[in-house]
Amino acid sequence: MTTTVAPTSAASAPPGKSAGKSGRPKAAKLFRMLPLSPAIGLMLVFLAGPIIYCLYAAFTNMALTGTGAANVKFVGLDNFRKAFGSGAFTNAIWLTLVFTLISAIIGQNTLGLGLSLLMRRSTKVVRNFVGTAVIGAWVLPEVVAAYLLSAFFNDEGTLNVMLHAVGLPGQDWLYAAPIIAVSLANIWRGTAFSMLVYSAALSEVPKEIEESAEMDGASGYRRLLFVTLPMISRAVMTNLMLITLQTLSVFGLIYAMTRGGPGTKSQTLPLYMYEQAFSFSQIGYGTAIALVMLAIGAVFSLIYLRGLNSEAA
Amino acid sequence: MTRKRFKAAAAMSALLLLAVSACSQGSTTKQPEAGSSQSAGPAHIKIAYQQWGPGVVMKNFLTGVKAEYESANPGSTVEILPIVASENDYYTKLQLMMRSPNTAPDVVYEDTFLINSDITAGYLRPLDDYIKNWDQWGQFEDTAKGAAKALDGKTYGIPDGTDTRALWYNKQLFAKAGLPADWQPKSWDDVLSAARTIKEKVPGVIPMNVYSGKPMGEASAMQGFEMLLYGTKDTLYNNDQQKWVVGSQGFKDALNFVKTVYSEGLGPSPKQALDPNMGSKVGTELLPGGKLAIALDGSWIYGNWQKTGAKPWPQWTDVLGQTAMPTQDGSGKGKVSLSGGWTWAIPAKSKNPDAAWNLIKTLQTQKNAAKYATDGAQIAVRKDVANDAGYKSSSKSTQFFTDLVSVTVYRPAYAEYPKVSNEIITAMEAVMTGQSSPDDAAKTYDEAVEGIVGKDKTTQGQ
Repeated sequence: MTTTVAPTSAASAPPGKSAGKSGRPKAAKLFRMLPLSPAIGLMLVFLAGPIIYCLYAAFTNMALTGTGAANVKFVGLDNFRKAFGSGAFTNAIWLTLVFTLISAIIGQNTLGLGLSLLMRRSTKVVRNFVGTAVIGAWVLPEVVAAYLLSAFFNDEGTLNVMLHAVGLPGQDWLYAAPIIAVSLANIWRGTAFSMLVYSAALSEVPKEIEESAEMDGASGYRRLLFVTLPMISRAVMTNLMLITLQTLSVFGLIYAMTRGGPGTKSQTLPLYMYEQAFSFSQIGYGTAIALVMLAIGAVFSLIYLRGLNSEAA
Repeated sequence: MTRKRFKAAAAMSALLLLAVSACSQGSTTKQPEAGSSQSAGPAHIKIAYQQWGPGVVMKNFLTGVKAEYESANPGSTVEILPIVASENDYYTKLQLMMRSPNTAPDVVYEDTFLINSDITAGYLRPLDDYIKNWDQWGQFEDTAKGAAKALDGKTYGIPDGTDTRALWYNKQLFAKAGLPADWQPKSWDDVLSAARTIKEKVPGVIPMNVYSGKPMGEASAMQGFEMLLYGTKDTLYNNDQQKWVVGSQGFKDALNFVKTVYSEGLGPSPKQALDPNMGSKVGTELLPGGKLAIALDGSWIYGNWQKTGAKPWPQWTDVLGQTAMPTQDGSGKGKVSLSGGWTWAIPAKSKNPDAAWNLIKTLQTQKNAAKYATDGAQIAVRKDVANDAGYKSSSKSTQFFTDLVSVTVYRPAYAEYPKVSNEIITAMEAVMTGQSSPDDAAKTYDEAVEGIVGKDKTTQGQ
């Protein structure tokens, strides 16, 4: 599911150039729209179409088998009532929030920022080496990454071997702490994105400002907190928004590593939705959960967008 | 002549040849002889079945039937569609295919537990008009005829066998543990104490396997859970009141059994048990490898060890014993078994229903039915197959499992059953992984069932 909400550029366009004042005949304007029509048509069919269908299905009892397959009926808010009354659903919401908080907002975000700050000060060799390693994890296809990481976290996997080597007890990570394991996996995989965004943003920060802060006696920590971070705050917000939305909808990584299990211990919303819709055949209920996910994504986006706008003001 | 032109010429002539042969085939096709079996005319028929794990019995059987059908119906082709998917995914894929005439196969293999749900969904075509003129239908046992009969009184599938369930045990491992070769457990406690003895005396083997959890789908619900539940005083469905049973002690007791097996280490590790390949692992690795002492499993698993099977193992007749699963405390009939089975059905959106029916008839000649019952390790549902000498002598265990038919129970395979089954395996997985207590999992199940069938269609258990 893609729920990327781009900040609208129309709002920032200069008012003088807005349409409708030029006095051209309408036909000419329509004619100018003509080349766009195939693109608009495609968007309507392939982007708006499924979304509208999803909106419809969420309020029905649509299913792959049984009564819901023969005659699809409107059931009003039943699917949502069922969801919010169900322990499995609340468990999934909770796990989704934990997963997003640990792996995106804390893990990828701070690690990405940290790496890009360190890389700014390091030599070219180190920079290239670290950059290649981190981006390598990001370039790997999701299923390959998931496979590597399940080998890493496995009972007899690399992590436990390393822990045993230094005399620490290991555990079956994928079984005992699956949500931690998949969160770490997602950090491993997604940090590169944050690192790239922050590297780009930091390269725009003029050296002079930091130097003058240094002259004024600001320590490294204070320079970061009061000079560097405020200057890249827009990048922080944009990055947070993007990685939050990406992480909310992570499916393949978790499915390939744990299938949401054991039990429901790593069953985030996308996995719960998949199970209900495609393993248990409840398409209507599954799409209702998809809508809830959309809503959660929208709430996060709104928060970040507000953050962006207040920075801009 | 350049290479390119040569290639083009070759391609052209190949195309021409194809076209010519196709034409000639069409024009020289003999008119099918007058008679019932070949009235459909040449057609392309697609037949779908589940292919998962290393088993090849169904594939070989269908390949033989395909050749037989194609030579009897010149011009017709049979396309075998193996749907490579685990238990739950198979049904999903099949249902998605049956939704559209463009993808609907002509003949599908349907489990009897799901068939009512798929009939309600309108996916299948009633076969009564065909059966009416079919001389073989009289050979089927009455219970088998009822297996694919819907509430509307119509028949939607032709069963090709049934099965029963019991305990398989490894006599060699039993001897090592000092347990009797002729094992006759009388209660759940007997079963558990044997497993505990194995655990203590024969380290390194899995004492007992009870399928559990979502990845194994209906196998968990039926071989695992219902084999336990139907040994208590409770059931899933109250036939007298026509209501689903909730809040029953038997349900909690069955979950407690699962909990005991997995928390005491009497079973595979929960992680192993949650592998979607567990079913084929038990049949092709754990039992033949002497890695598993007791298996609560189906009558058909010896099919793996026949010459035609995935893991030929002729010694199984000496190594393995079979004994009935006892009821909880030995009361009632003292033993319990459940029966299911599969049927061949024709999707409502099939484009060639007549040809599909002819193919089903070919699948169900006495010869082919006996072949599949033997190779597929089925319990025969046809009288002529049950009396077939080859079938009767096919396996030492055939008689044992056939005798269990006298105590066997059928699942309440109503349209809601698949949904209820999903709640059962969810409860099992919660218990086996220690996520919920049996009481909490049973409570979640009760609420879910009330949501599925409606509160007025549920009744309290004992």
